Amino acid sequence: MNFKRVGAVVIRQAFLYRRSFARILEVFYWPAIDILLWGFVTVYLLRSSKELPPFVSFFLGALILWDILFRAQQGISLSFLEDIWARNLVNVFISPLTISEYLLGLILVSVLKVIIAFFMMSFIAGILYSFNIFKMGLSLLPLTVNLVAMGWSIGIITVSLILRFGQEAEVLAWALAFLFMPFSAVFYPVDTLPGFLRVIAMIIPSSYSFEAMRIVINGSPFPFKLMLTAAVLNGIYILISLRIFYQSWRNALERGTIPKIGE
Amino acid sequence: MVILKAERIRKVFNGTVALDNVSFELKKGEVLGVIGPNGAGKTTLIHILLGLITPDEGYVEVFGKDLKKNRAEILHHVNFASNYVSLPLSLTPWENLLVYALVYNVNHPEKRCREVLELFELTDVSNRPSRRLSSGQMMRLALAKCMINDPQILLLDEPAASLDPEIALRIRKLLRRMCIEKGVSIIYTSHNLRDIEEISDRILFLEKGKIVAIEEKSVLIQRYGTLEGFFFRSLYDEF
Repeated sequence: MNFKRVGAVVIRQAFLYRRSFARILEVFYWPAIDILLWGFVTVYLLRSSKELPPFVSFFLGALILWDILFRAQQGISLSFLEDIWARNLVNVFISPLTISEYLLGLILVSVLKVIIAFFMMSFIAGILYSFNIFKMGLSLLPLTVNLVAMGWSIGIITVSLILRFGQEAEVLAWALAFLFMPFSAVFYPVDTLPGFLRVIAMIIPSSYSFEAMRIVINGSPFPFKLMLTAAVLNGIYILISLRIFYQSWRNALERGTIPKIGE
Repeated sequence: MVILKAERIRKVFNGTVALDNVSFELKKGEVLGVIGPNGAGKTTLIHILLGLITPDEGYVEVFGKDLKKNRAEILHHVNFASNYVSLPLSLTPWENLLVYALVYNVNHPEKRCREVLELFELTDVSNRPSRRLSSGQMMRLALAKCMINDPQILLLDEPAASLDPEIALRIRKLLRRMCIEKGVSIIYTSHNLRDIEEISDRILFLEKGKIVAIEEKSVLIQRYGTLEGFFFRSLYDEF
């Protein structure tokens, strides 16, 4: 692993964002719109019903944490798509950059995007709704790490599918994370789901993170067991996604599809 | 001294044979011109030599090492430019080159970027977004990227297609100089037979994925008058 080459992948994305207003908007605009829109909706609901006080915190917390997962996923898949759109993929893959170095570079880009979106959303939530997500204290760390890890798995699978099916699969960069959303119990407890969907939720790591978030916001002790389950599941997800990724890479080399992606 | 060796390369895509039993060697400081009609397998061959496509049969050795097993190490000393591959248009030429200088682990990357920008007369436009460059300037940028790591092997796929004749001539001269002075080996594909005739030492003629001929340019010229004569003669003999 050559970290200079990994850094080059990150620098390439930084150059891209430095020069593109549309891309900067993508990092700041959507998270800001999400928190503004849904934040005011929750404030309105709170005024309508006095029985909902923790609801605002649950909702805003969930909104911010879901965005962490989504940005982590997009940080990987969109950065990969940038190289396809620029018809630069061949230049990347005929260089000494290994596929693992390239993937690590994309992961680092996703970390940067997550940090930016997280702090911006937290800032807006603090200013407009007096919601301080940092009140969750150190509990926030395992929650976010687990969500970022799941975002990476989805991002890596998205890239694998694009390697396998070509640019037609690019829509997955926006859609795939949302497939997990209903079963992740982002805005409602898992027991809201009907029985058979609860079974699905049990094998999705993010459902444990959101359950844990609600427990922590309620002031209950940190649910170690839930977080441990999420971490184990995330480990499995990452291993499976990496397996699929390397398999897709080998298949792409055998099928000769890399030069054709994006044509 | 043999620097690259392709041995019995075969590649089939969905039942269509793209390359069949292709074997050849590239010597140090040599320019091998690859010609052939559309669909002959020229680009597939280049992609296999770059490790971008795995052959179904056969193998590629570069610097005496197996490409499949030593991909990153070998590609450190190889580079590629094609009329069909671009660099990110949102980045300036300077930024594009700097990224690749880092990817190739070049010593003094900024100095090297300045050198190649100057070599390809791109210094004046180095801070302009690449999307504002002409197609000729973009091709020169691709060639500049290709030189960033001071490669020992260059694979060029239709590199002169977007260049005006004067620039194309200067680039061919530059490439020849690199072969003589630095011992760089080049595989050069083009549909422009005059380009190939001017720059190549040897010619590899591919048709329907097979090597029809691989011969010293001087021998072909002596036999057929021009490379064009050889090309059409080979094709008509088929019919």
